[in-house]
Amino acid sequence: MALPHPPRLPLSRRRLLRGLFAAAAASALPGAGALAQSAEPLTRTLPGTDVALPRVGLGSWITFNVGDDPLLLEACTAVMAAFFAAGGRLIDSSPMYGTSQATIGHALKRLEAVERVYAADKVWTSSRDEGPAQIEASRQAWGVPRFDLLQVHNLRGWEGHLETLQAMQAAGEVRHLGITTSHGRRHDEVEHIMRRVPLDSVQLTYNIVDREAEQRLLPLARERGIGVIANRPFQRKRLIRRLAGTPLPPWAAEIGAESWAQFILKFIISHPAITCAIPATTRVEHVRENLAAAREPLPDEAMRRRMAEHVRGL
Amino acid sequence: MGTSAWWTYRPEDLLMVSPRVYARLFELHNQALWPAQPLALALGVVALAVLLRPGPQGTRLLLMLLAVAWAFVAWAFLWQRYAPIHWGMAYVAPLFGLQALLLAGLGTLRAGLHLPRRWSVPRGLGIGLFAYALLLHPLVAPAAGRGFAGAEILGLTPDPLAIATLGVMAMAEPARRAWALLALPALWCLQSGLTLETLGEPGAWLAPLAVAAALAARWWPAPATLR
Repeated sequence: MALPHPPRLPLSRRRLLRGLFAAAAASALPGAGALAQSAEPLTRTLPGTDVALPRVGLGSWITFNVGDDPLLLEACTAVMAAFFAAGGRLIDSSPMYGTSQATIGHALKRLEAVERVYAADKVWTSSRDEGPAQIEASRQAWGVPRFDLLQVHNLRGWEGHLETLQAMQAAGEVRHLGITTSHGRRHDEVEHIMRRVPLDSVQLTYNIVDREAEQRLLPLARERGIGVIANRPFQRKRLIRRLAGTPLPPWAAEIGAESWAQFILKFIISHPAITCAIPATTRVEHVRENLAAAREPLPDEAMRRRMAEHVRGL
Repeated sequence: MGTSAWWTYRPEDLLMVSPRVYARLFELHNQALWPAQPLALALGVVALAVLLRPGPQGTRLLLMLLAVAWAFVAWAFLWQRYAPIHWGMAYVAPLFGLQALLLAGLGTLRAGLHLPRRWSVPRGLGIGLFAYALLLHPLVAPAAGRGFAGAEILGLTPDPLAIATLGVMAMAEPARRAWALLALPALWCLQSGLTLETLGEPGAWLAPLAVAAALAARWWPAPATLR
């Protein structure tokens, strides 16, 4: 029996680096500023702030949890290079996501993109006292001077952590603060917090089939001036897999959707309460496809209803 | 995870790594340990020989080899390699350490555990499980298209170690001690099968099937009962 040495690597380092530097170089070419301007994604201002965020960001759950594998670190760096080259800014992570924070930090350093990124992270511990140390460890993993947005992950220990985050915000140690949930869970509690505590952002699951947030949370976010980050836009691939093999309706061209991913993203980000969606991916072509969804035309309300009905009928 | 409704999550929601990262886990592990693989295989052959011709000293040697393997996998694979990308493994690694201590404890006792010499269904199943873990399980990765670089070797990675231990405990006596040493390998195999199934990996059923075989062996009626 042949033994496992040396390992056969499924990806070529040379191919990865070529993609990485091609993406990075595309934004650094002379005159690329005008080109980049025309290709910039649509933005939405985080309510109550002067921060305009591209309406498609980048999640890191699973996709960036690659340990210290040099090959996969480079692959993730290539994804982030393409993300920035396409005009992206907001990257979201959490201490719960294994080594994702360190992967982001590695790529930010390689790409010299600390100034470019809107760094959104979370605090994830039931202990209020452990919060500051965890946040500091996360900041060091990212290699950023401070986080732009800190969120209480899945409402875990939210009362104590929000007090900590408010104190940090007052001291200028974080720009914005928020809370997160996912999978449509604990919406009553999210609503309670949104009504009671001043928040800059709430992160929740919203997509073309998971629309419970439309009932109360999204209108409340608009009313209270709270930004909304939509997680699980593709139900972690499940939605895309479900739709794969089914052709896009011909009228998808009216909103400029060339794939189901763009169809779904355009539905999400066209909701007036949604600040941005944060799909995660391991592939450069997918990150470009996702960012391209944040361009005109976007669907109006009538078209959004048609889109949702169409997907429901498949 | 949040503090409520955790039971409503699907297995895929709890998955922390992608298939490519899971595959690379074993590639990097093998790369870092080379040339430990031939040594591990050789020790596995020695252990299999003991199973085929068991005696008090051989059984103690076998248990000590398993104990060392459980401790090694706890440290080198679960703690060093897997836990950084899966925080749940930080809780599993000490359990592997506990299994190592239990095996070592029984290995040093004079009448700790003994293995049957006469052929029976439980013995056949037990030896079959051990032989599978040693000789066939390393071929699962290449058969699944992940190449020999990702081969899972007995003594170095958890799945074949758990299956091999199930094989030994499927036939060992006294039953109460064997059951105690069977529990953790069985739980590991079930979670491994669930993880592989969620990742969409072929062969996800192999480790749970090993659990079923070990349980069948343990519950197999003794000849006296048949009479």
